[in-house]
Amino acid sequence: MKIVVLVKHVPDAQFDRHITGPGNTTDRDESILSELDEYALEAALQLAEERGGPKAGNEVIALSMGPSGAVNAVKKSLQIGAYSGVHLSDDALAGSDAAATSLALAAAIRHISADGRPVDLVLTGMASTDGETSLIPAQLAERLQFPQVTFASSLEVSGGQISARRDAGAFSETVEAQLPAVVSVTDQINEPRYPNFKGILAAKKKKIAALSLADIGVDASQVGLAGSWTVVESAEARPPRTAGTIITDDGDAGIKLVDFLAAQKLL
Amino acid sequence: MANALVFIDNPGAALKKSSLELLTIARSLGETAVAFTGELNDDVAATLGAYGATTVYQPSVDDLDNYLVGPKAAYLAAAVAASGATAVLVDNSPEGKEIAGRLGIKLNAGVITDVVGVEADGTAHKSVLAGSYNTTAKATTPVTILSVKANNVEPAPAGAATAPATATVEVPAEGLANSARIAARTEKPVSGRPDLSEARIVVAGGRGVDGDFGPVEELADALGAAVGASRAATDAGWIGHDAQVGQTGVTVSPQLYISAGISGAIQQKAGMQTSKVIVAINKDAESPVFEIADYGIIGDLFKVLPQATAEIQKRKG
Ligand SMILES: Cc1cc2nc3c(=O)[nH]c(=O)nc-3n(C[C@H](O)[C@H](O)[C@H](O)COP(=O)(O)OP(=O)(O)OC[C@H]3O[C@@H](n4cnc5c(N)ncnc54)[C@H](O)[C@@H]3O)c2cc1C
Repeated sequence: MKIVVLVKHVPDAQFDRHITGPGNTTDRDESILSELDEYALEAALQLAEERGGPKAGNEVIALSMGPSGAVNAVKKSLQIGAYSGVHLSDDALAGSDAAATSLALAAAIRHISADGRPVDLVLTGMASTDGETSLIPAQLAERLQFPQVTFASSLEVSGGQISARRDAGAFSETVEAQLPAVVSVTDQINEPRYPNFKGILAAKKKKIAALSLADIGVDASQVGLAGSWTVVESAEARPPRTAGTIITDDGDAGIKLVDFLAAQKLL
Repeated sequence: MANALVFIDNPGAALKKSSLELLTIARSLGETAVAFTGELNDDVAATLGAYGATTVYQPSVDDLDNYLVGPKAAYLAAAVAASGATAVLVDNSPEGKEIAGRLGIKLNAGVITDVVGVEADGTAHKSVLAGSYNTTAKATTPVTILSVKANNVEPAPAGAATAPATATVEVPAEGLANSARIAARTEKPVSGRPDLSEARIVVAGGRGVDGDFGPVEELADALGAAVGASRAATDAGWIGHDAQVGQTGVTVSPQLYISAGISGAIQQKAGMQTSKVIVAINKDAESPVFEIADYGIIGDLFKVLPQATAEIQKRKG
């Protein structure tokens, strides 16, 4: 099986995150592999291992799109266990919205399929931890004309068909689709592995292909701020929430709480 | 020609509050049409009229629910063409956002998700990076697609009710191809409490409840609130995963969020920090949740919650 895992380089949510510049884009200086993508990577590795791993011709390719630093998300994925990596980078991509991003990623996936071995499965996290729109899996599926299965909390592949369980509002569902497909997975699906020393050493020998827009046949006008269909006109930092009144329970804190709620007209 | 098209998916016997909110926002954008799926019963049709819908579109096929979003997006694209609408409003559920996403590609239209406010010219307000920035965004395309969070406008019927026309929209066959099929579906048990994502008040419990959600549920019932939980509590199996609030759970933005026995990890805060008022009860004065609480109680939730519940019941008489 040939599996592409989308891995995004995102600002670390443990620190303050900032929006800067003329396009109101996120500052990516302190960035890491989006933690929700680790579940997709783990799912890919398990599927490939069940099928005999690299020796049996399986591929797990970590694909990231983003500026030079984004290659770190690919490197981390290789350390965790991805077999090879692809880094799509081009100055013209800066500021791409979901529509432009999905266009570039779809072209990159077609490029990765063009060696005669088409991609069977594209795996993603349930959302990035920065934009959090969850639009990419659906938009990518629409562009590639693949079925999409989103928010999978379990995944099985057999005989060219994928079967997944998902929670959907009032229902639990089992869904089925033909490969090739785009699948996003939740953090319920598995326990991602950590890179170990062996993995870190092995990663140094793995290949990362660098792609530009020219390589994937996309024109600069189709992506970036120019190719985006939405603009962020303004972004204002919200004043951080400040701590309010803090009391220690002396036996009547429940009553004081109700007084507080009454004063706030919340009863 | 409609200006705004509201997607209403299978409401059953009555429209959800979030749908009434979408209809209210749509009217501020101009003439409103509805793309409807499922059984359109008389009460629902009357409510659509009361909220000013001029046309109600229905799909030519009735098995859209057997597939994941692809056919619904195809139907909605056809309804946009039929109505001539330039703004499409869908709810902000995971499914709503995916339909919006696919529709955007079909129509070459910009999509903005997690919207909390819409101006008459289609400019949308949303908060990003776990509530740390307020932004305004706009589609630069002829059609704008917005997925709108619940609880940001008061639903209000139109000044004068309309009798909406109904029309059938042909669902393109290719909408069914290349879509995942739903092989089995089981309904989850319903609690009778308000829906978590829409509730005005949420009472949430974490690892500190130590397996016993009783005090959390009793306070929630006294307040007419929904029950939420941290991932530690859902992972422990004390309550269903549906109750999880946070980055990988439900995002809530209620008037009041009461957090009991929850430490306030960044992934939990991400799901609730836009709540109007935050109350935290935790034994540990060092818990990060106290950094964002409007009212914090350092104490044992097993003492504080039952006392508050009893006091509320007493005052209600
Ligand atoms: C990828 C990823 C996604 C995640 N997504 C989410 C998410 O969506 N939502 C989420 O919640 N978490 C999420 N988490 C987990 C998150 O990081 C925390 O582990 C989790 O929120 C901790 O839950 P907790 O606060 O209930 O437990 P703990 O951190 O163990 O805190 C329990 C608290 O209860 C207090 N306590 C104990 N007994 C009492 C008592 N009797 N009275 C009062 N206080 C008491 C303790 O002082 C402590 O502060 C995610 C983590 C990862 C890695």
